Amino acid sequence: MSKSLSQLVSSKAVAEVELWISKYPAEQKQSAVMAALRIVQDENGGYLNRELMDGVAGFLDMPFIAVYEVASFYSMYEHNPVGKYKICVCNSISCMINGSEKIIDYLEKKFGIGVGEVTKDGRFSIKEVECLGACVGAPMMMIGKEYYEDLTPEKIDIIIDGLK
Amino acid sequence: MVNEVCFKNIDKDKAWKLDVYQSTGGYNVLKKILQEKTDPATIIDELKTSVLRGRGGAGFPTGLKWSFMRRDDPGQKYIVCNSDEGEPGTCKDRDILRYNPHALIEGMIIAGYTIGASVGYNYIRGEFWQPYERCEEAIEEARAAGLLGKNIFGSGFDFELHSHLGAGAYICGEETALLESIEGKKGQPRFKPPFPASYGLYGKPTTINNTESLASVPEILSRGGQWFLDIGKPNNGGSKLFSVSGHVNKPGNFEVPMGMPFSELLEMAGGVRHGRRLKAVIPGGSSVPILPGEIMMDTNMDYDSITEAGSLLGSGAVIIMDDLTCMVSVLANLSHFYMSESCGQCTPCREGTGWLSRVVHRIEHGEGRMEDLDMLFDVAVKMGGNYYEREGGRTICALGDAASMPVLSFLKHFRKEFEYHIEHKKCMVARY
Repeated sequence: MSKSLSQLVSSKAVAEVELWISKYPAEQKQSAVMAALRIVQDENGGYLNRELMDGVAGFLDMPFIAVYEVASFYSMYEHNPVGKYKICVCNSISCMINGSEKIIDYLEKKFGIGVGEVTKDGRFSIKEVECLGACVGAPMMMIGKEYYEDLTPEKIDIIIDGLK
Repeated sequence: MVNEVCFKNIDKDKAWKLDVYQSTGGYNVLKKILQEKTDPATIIDELKTSVLRGRGGAGFPTGLKWSFMRRDDPGQKYIVCNSDEGEPGTCKDRDILRYNPHALIEGMIIAGYTIGASVGYNYIRGEFWQPYERCEEAIEEARAAGLLGKNIFGSGFDFELHSHLGAGAYICGEETALLESIEGKKGQPRFKPPFPASYGLYGKPTTINNTESLASVPEILSRGGQWFLDIGKPNNGGSKLFSVSGHVNKPGNFEVPMGMPFSELLEMAGGVRHGRRLKAVIPGGSSVPILPGEIMMDTNMDYDSITEAGSLLGSGAVIIMDDLTCMVSVLANLSHFYMSESCGQCTPCREGTGWLSRVVHRIEHGEGRMEDLDMLFDVAVKMGGNYYEREGGRTICALGDAASMPVLSFLKHFRKEFEYHIEHKKCMVARY
C-alpha cells in the first residue's frame, strides 16, 4: 500500500493541488495531474520519485501508469536530483545562431560540470532545453522560474552572484 | 500603422493592468455585445469581413472556425486558448500574455458568448511562469470587476476562465494534443475527424484559437472588420506580430500591417548585424521552408506573398541569418529539435525525425556520404510529403511535415554547402 499524498507533502502543497482540481469539472480530477506533479516536484527539491508519483495517482484516482506516462512525457519533470538552481539553457535555432554553445561552454567551465550534472554542493545543475520562446532575447536561459536574456559571460557572472 | 491591435498599449506604464486596458476602451465592446445581446452570427460575420486568419501558424480564418460551433445545442462547450508558444523563433504570444492579458480575456469572453461556451481554458506553456502570473493577476482583476463569473454586465451570460500550465512539450501546441494535455494525459494528437468543434475537450464541442487571434478580437469588433482588413490587404487582413530574431541589430516583436515589404521589417529590426550580407531567412517559424535572402528582399510579409515566394508565413517568426551562417549546422539544429519533440505515436515521424537528425549530424561532423543527400530527401518525403509538390504528410499531425520542410528546403536552396561539407569534411563558412 503506497502512502497517501498528505503523508508525503505539506498541507500547503495538498491545498494547492486541491485548488487546481477545482478548475476542472468534478469528474475530471485527472486534469490536475500536471499541476500536481509540478507542485510535489518543487517541494521535493526539484525532482520526482516513485513514491510521489504514486501519491499523486492515489490523490487523483488515477492508475499509477497514467501518472508515470505524464511524468515521463513532459520535459520539465525530473527523475534524478537537480541543483537547487536548475539552469536550463535554450539551444534552439535563434539562440544557437547567437552563440548558445558558448554559453553552455562557459557554464560548464564556471561550475566544473557537464550538461546533465549537478555541482558537488548541490547548488547548480545545467540542462540543455529546446526553444523557450524568448527568441528575440537570444541567447537565453531559465533558472528556476525566471528567464534571463541577451546573455554574455559577464552577465552570467552577475546573475549567478545575485543568486547567492 | 504599427501597434494598433495587440500592442496598442505596449508603451504604457503597467500596460497589463485593468485600468490601463479600460482607459483605451477595453471591455467596452464586450459590454455592448452582452447588453445589446448581439446576434452571434453578426459577430462571426464581422470576423469573416476582417479576414483574421489564425495566428498560431495554420492561418485558418477565425470567423469560419467559430461558425462550426452549434451554439444552441445542449450541453457544455469550451473555448480554449493555445498559449503553448514553442515554435522556435516565435515569442509574440509571450508578450501578449505579459503586456496585454486583458485583451485576451476579453477576446475569450466574446468567443465564449459567440460559440455558446461558459468555460474557457488558457493553455500556457509551463516555462512561461511570469506570463502565467500576469494572466492570473488579470483574471483576478476581471473577476473582482464582475467581468468574469455569473451574469456579466447583468446580461445573464456566465463565463469562467482558467489557466492551465503545460510542462515542456512542443507537441502540445497541436490543438488536439493540447486537449489531451488538459485532460491530464500525454500530449499525443488525435485523429481528425472528428474535429474539436464536434468532439473536443472532455468530448465536448470546443473551439481552440491562438493567443494573438483571440487578443485581436476585441479591437476588430470595436473598430469594425473592414477597418482591420484595410490595415492589411485582401485575403490577408489586419496587422500581425512578427518576432524578428537572429542576426539583426535590434531583435524584437513588431506589430505591423500585413503585406509590409520584408525589407522594411528588416529595417525596423535594425538591419543585418555588423552590416553583413543577408544570407537566408526562415520567414514563419522553424517548420517552414527557408528562403535565400535575395528572394526575401523582394517579398512582402503576408500569407499569400510568402506562399508565392516558396514558404509559409506560419507563426510570423522571422529568423535572420547572415553570410557567416553554416546551413548544415542550422539544419542539424532544426532536425535535432523535431527528433526531441516527436511524440512517438506515428512510426514515420518517430523513426524519420531520428534518421534526419542523425544523418544531418554526421554530415555536419565530416562523416557524411554523397548518397546521404538523396536519402535525406527520401526520408523527408516519406514522412512529411513533398512540400514542393503540395503533398501532405503521412502522420496524424503536422509535426512530420514540420520536420520535413526544413530538410527539403535546405537541400533545394543550399545543396552546395552540404556537398562541400561531405567532400571537404568542413564548413564552407567560417563562424560555426
